[in-house]
Amino acid sequence: MMMQHLPILQVILPLLAAPFAALASRRHWAWHLTLVATAGAFAISLLLLATILRTGTPIIYDLGGWPAPIGIVYVIDSASAFVLPVVSGIGFIATLAARHLVIAEIDARDHPLFFAAWLLTLAGMLGQVTTGDAFNIFVFLEISSLSGYALVAMGAGRDRRALPAAFNYLILGTVGATFYVIGLGLLYMLTGTLNLADLSVRLADVENLRPAYVALAFIALGLFLKMALFPLHLWLAPAYSHAPSAVTALMAATATKVSVYVLIRILFGVFGFEFPYMTQAVGGLLLTLGLLGAFVGTFAAIVETDLKRLFAQSSIAQLGYMAIGLGIMTSAGIAASFIHLFNHALMKGALFLALGVIAAQTTHLSLHTIKGAGRQIPMTMTAILLGGLALIGVPLTAGFISKLYLIRALIDSGLWAIAAVTFVSSALALVYVWKIVEHAWFTERPENAPVLTETPGQWAQAWILVLATIGFGIYAGPLVEAAFGAAQVFGPDIIQATQTIEGLQIIEGLEGQE
Amino acid sequence: MQDDPVIRVVTKVLIPAIMLFALYVQFHGDYGPGGGFQAGVIFAAALVLNAVVFGLHRARQVWPMRYNLMGVSAGVLLYGGTGVWSMLAGANYLDYFALKADPKAAQHLGILLVEFGVGLTVASVMVALFFAFAGRLTHIRLVAKTAAHEAADTEASRAGDTA
Repeated sequence: MMMQHLPILQVILPLLAAPFAALASRRHWAWHLTLVATAGAFAISLLLLATILRTGTPIIYDLGGWPAPIGIVYVIDSASAFVLPVVSGIGFIATLAARHLVIAEIDARDHPLFFAAWLLTLAGMLGQVTTGDAFNIFVFLEISSLSGYALVAMGAGRDRRALPAAFNYLILGTVGATFYVIGLGLLYMLTGTLNLADLSVRLADVENLRPAYVALAFIALGLFLKMALFPLHLWLAPAYSHAPSAVTALMAATATKVSVYVLIRILFGVFGFEFPYMTQAVGGLLLTLGLLGAFVGTFAAIVETDLKRLFAQSSIAQLGYMAIGLGIMTSAGIAASFIHLFNHALMKGALFLALGVIAAQTTHLSLHTIKGAGRQIPMTMTAILLGGLALIGVPLTAGFISKLYLIRALIDSGLWAIAAVTFVSSALALVYVWKIVEHAWFTERPENAPVLTETPGQWAQAWILVLATIGFGIYAGPLVEAAFGAAQVFGPDIIQATQTIEGLQIIEGLEGQE
Repeated sequence: MQDDPVIRVVTKVLIPAIMLFALYVQFHGDYGPGGGFQAGVIFAAALVLNAVVFGLHRARQVWPMRYNLMGVSAGVLLYGGTGVWSMLAGANYLDYFALKADPKAAQHLGILLVEFGVGLTVASVMVALFFAFAGRLTHIRLVAKTAAHEAADTEASRAGDTA
């Protein structure tokens, strides 16, 4: 009986756990509660994925019993079922690590509120993926972002720079969300509906009107900001580098990925490949900005000495690759983006959790801090090394699979030059990974440097993700299949077919009566 | 402002009226314009007025922050709990029809509970925001005062050195 409610439980489990966490009178209760809620959310998302893989038909849940398009529906199809375990799984593993990271970095009195914000940001992200309603996406976007700003600002206990970083993030994030809602307002004016599937049907009648183009521009720009696509990426590096380590791991691995998912959902699920200007203007823009972002991010990472910032810059490059995948405007390209979305979440989660082990012990986390650290904290540094190798795209890591399918999708569309440039820019990642290797293993530790320590309880969570990265690098079949299944939802000819079938029947029924 | 009898008396008369109006907007929202958001803000306005006129300290005694956090959480739980209740009753999340046998009464009860949750959270959040910002002022004044004292001390010691 509970099975039918899984789509809503996915969101309300962390959402309703949040107020309880805020009220927890002992600080470790908040963590235990968070752990249970995130474990539950992860289990639900795995169940949903298994159901979708088995049956192949989307699950539609009517909130309040009101069917689409009048009511709000939650839609679990191949695409959302693919993204949900990424978000909730990272959320669960980051919560495991949060125990020691939060004790080290956050004032004990703030723990209940910290975990409440943590659960809210997770609930917001899961909601964005689950919902089939465009305005609901905005609401969940705000829930996850507002609690995200608070989480970043909580780094202020150790590093006052977290405050301006969080404020910048707040301003730019709000601009992004506002642009999204302006675009949505125009779409609502044109079509009178907010249901995603209904929107895509009704938009076909008005797609030659100028407000539709303006709506596309506003929504795309707002989401570019949210996903930190070059040149709208400036909020990302300070926010990630000054936030508490656990928050950096959670957000770097999930927040921007969810925005990429929403972009895919709106661009291809609502506007569709056939929309005027889609291929030339939006596709060209995504390819150009993605390539520029890949280079700018990589070069910024090469010259960076602060480790958290270094990997934050590399995130910008990696998001560039996802944008390139979307810019190809084929199912294979979208599938490549989905694969990279998954793999990058694993790699960045692993990297930032491993960095957290060091960050919890020192106030300043730079290349200088890890000089000769390879012998003092071998497990942590090896996790960082393997994560770095996955970022480059070395075979036998998940990163290789991402690059393989991205370059293959580019070549299939005849974009040889872009494929070559993508290859070069990912090879350049070797430079910054090598910098870390050189400092950690080929430099003597300075005599006055503090002794770094590690325990299995600290590095185990990072290693779960590292092993997953290697596992999916060697045995990528199911992942690739699921990603192509997810991309199929937005395939050129079957855009609406899979979504909200009930809703469409109602629309047809109403039109028949008239 | 605490010393001005006119403001004090007028405020004391107004606050209950504002609170009553908030409750009217809250519960009349089921039939006409109004609802939890507006009512929550109006209710919080009464407490803000109290803090402005009688001082933050006394407002905090009237409305302790510990309970305020409970208000924030309870509102969310009331809203979400209504949904869970309808789920346990065998219908979809937030399907009010499942709450009672009579459909009209069920819809009424559902929206009443949900809106009350909204009102509770909005009022508590508004108060929390005001107290947080207003509380900063005493903090900033304290910092400025200590800074001024320190500056005076260094000035004095420097004067002592030259002498």
